Amino acid sequence: MDLFEYQARDLFAKHDVPVLAGEVIDTPEAAREITERLGGKSVVKAQVKVGGRGKAGGVKLAASADEAVARATDILGMDIKGHTVHKVMIAETAPEILEEYYVSFLLDRANRTFLSIASVEGGMEIEEVAATRPEAVAKTPIDPIDGVDEAKAREIVAAAKFPAEVADKVANVLVKLWDTFIKEDALLVEVNPLAKVASGEVIALDGKVSLDDNAEFRHPDFEELHDKAAANPLEAAAKEKNLNYVKLDGEVGIIGNGAGLVMSTLDVVAYAGEKHGGVKPANFLDIGGGASAQVMANGLEIILGDPDVKSVFVNVFGGITACDEVANGIVQALKLLEDRGEKVEKPLVVRLDGNNAELGRQILTDANHPLVQRVDTMDGAADKAAELAAAK
Amino acid sequence: MAIWLNKDSKVIVQGMTGSTGMKHTKLMLGDGTNVVGGVNPRKAGQTVDFDGTEVPVFGSVKEAIDKTGANVSVIFVPEKFTKDAVVEAIDAEIPLAVVITEGIAVHDSASFWAYAGKKGNKTRIIGPNCPGIITPGQSNVGIIPGDITKPGRIGLVSKSGTLTYQMMYELRDIGFSTAVGIGGDPIIGSTHIDALAAFQDDPETELIVMIGEIGGDAEERAAAFIKENVTKPVVGYVAGFTAPEGKTMGHAGAIVSGSSGTAQAKKEALEAAGVKVGKTPTETAKLAREILGG
Repeated sequence: MDLFEYQARDLFAKHDVPVLAGEVIDTPEAAREITERLGGKSVVKAQVKVGGRGKAGGVKLAASADEAVARATDILGMDIKGHTVHKVMIAETAPEILEEYYVSFLLDRANRTFLSIASVEGGMEIEEVAATRPEAVAKTPIDPIDGVDEAKAREIVAAAKFPAEVADKVANVLVKLWDTFIKEDALLVEVNPLAKVASGEVIALDGKVSLDDNAEFRHPDFEELHDKAAANPLEAAAKEKNLNYVKLDGEVGIIGNGAGLVMSTLDVVAYAGEKHGGVKPANFLDIGGGASAQVMANGLEIILGDPDVKSVFVNVFGGITACDEVANGIVQALKLLEDRGEKVEKPLVVRLDGNNAELGRQILTDANHPLVQRVDTMDGAADKAAELAAAK
Repeated sequence: MAIWLNKDSKVIVQGMTGSTGMKHTKLMLGDGTNVVGGVNPRKAGQTVDFDGTEVPVFGSVKEAIDKTGANVSVIFVPEKFTKDAVVEAIDAEIPLAVVITEGIAVHDSASFWAYAGKKGNKTRIIGPNCPGIITPGQSNVGIIPGDITKPGRIGLVSKSGTLTYQMMYELRDIGFSTAVGIGGDPIIGSTHIDALAAFQDDPETELIVMIGEIGGDAEERAAAFIKENVTKPVVGYVAGFTAPEGKTMGHAGAIVSGSSGTAQAKKEALEAAGVKVGKTPTETAKLAREILGG
């Protein structure tokens, strides 16, 4: 889960990383009172989870409370690279900035550990600095058990060649930032820029934080950080039913069991679609192992409720899950939806293989539902589903 | 031969007395796995009856090893307690720990992996969030259905559970030496490379099938390893060509960011290493069949 800047700011503040004052609002008028409290001037910053908002006009200085309201009016509702601005942060204006640095901690998948990245050339995209001047970026592996104490922080400061006059302060920020990383179960904590200001202090002016959704069990507060406004309504409905669903932009609805098989199903449908007018998968939906009739019904309901969907492909390999249960699930799900008065008109192509496949196929044959077709190979079924979607 | 697991493997189950543990211990026993004990400190001293097979429950992994000579542990404990369970297995120096539990926090996986390293890597870890490992006809540890396939000449390593089953099913007439699901999380224990090296050294394995998916650079690393070290034929499959950037597709690790980690990049890296890569699971099985038939 990627956080907004204001959420990152709040987490930094909670763990004593030095930040400027700032509050988030979603109506322009609210900018007035905050700006007055901040001494009559502020920075109005669009809250979007995409880079380049400054260039897009999403960050503006306001020299008065009236101006802050005007700038917030401009920015709220603005579109930045396909992201609508629903919130702005009214932040304290930064004192004169003398230098801009970059520091982060993140997961290093390849080496199965954590990594610190630090550079005295912050402010711009670190990828660009790393690509053009790799010697300006210090990467230091961090042992997940030993972590970052003052000595480790000083090692990072030395590796990145921070100037002596800020070494203590940057080391202190690194220890606090590591605290944030560990205590919040983050996958990334990034400060860019970490600014040296005229008073000699270093302050985190902007930051990115990404949290591990799997760690939610020990962070009940993660729930509040979810961006409910941005979620696609179908994705939101699926989440409520604990379904692993991602909306895509095609026409063939997909239901399968197991993340790998469903990803593979998307590919196979896209290939088949090339022969049928370029139809594509409409979604990713993994119903997981041992899915009951109810789970199948929930899944079908979401997918049939997607106006983009023209046909549905149910692709199940019965491992522990028995195919007869899946087949019963499909039949019951259709009945459940029809009993509820929902008119099901989209064709379903079902491929069942593995555990009790014959039984499952027989159940579908016996049910003889006019919308359900059995195709017994994955590639053949994908082709049929794509053909049906293209014909609609 | 096979790799990492055979008929002599003595298996204990951490979390045996939970509902998932009970269900799968029964299935593992049914497949002929030599399950010698379970671990649960609150039920130590009891025994559990699985259709007439009495399996004792021990208070700790250490005690289970001391009393039974166990050399494999399979872990079904809930995600909140998984890190402690793996650390306990590492402390007891069990040679193989298979972590089935899904939804483990990355900080926990990073922590137990680092701990295994500090303890000298005496414990091979498979997983987390994986289906386990099966040597057909000998032993089955985890949740892979035991009746899909039979013993044979193909070695299989995969990030995904259901794709493992699909591939075992497609090639069920030829059969498998060992099939291992390594899991799709961002941090896993054994990697494609570990399995490739073991299959290369296993005389019973004639061909290796490797299944990858989007995210990370494990497949690219495996490709480099194959080029240098693997002389046996390798057939590959990568899932996620049509996955959009920045979206997580079920597996915590299956997320594409930027240009690296895409299915296309992985396919190209594998092909450059001489691996034949199928467009679909069925086509991949066909490629394997052609090589073994010829």
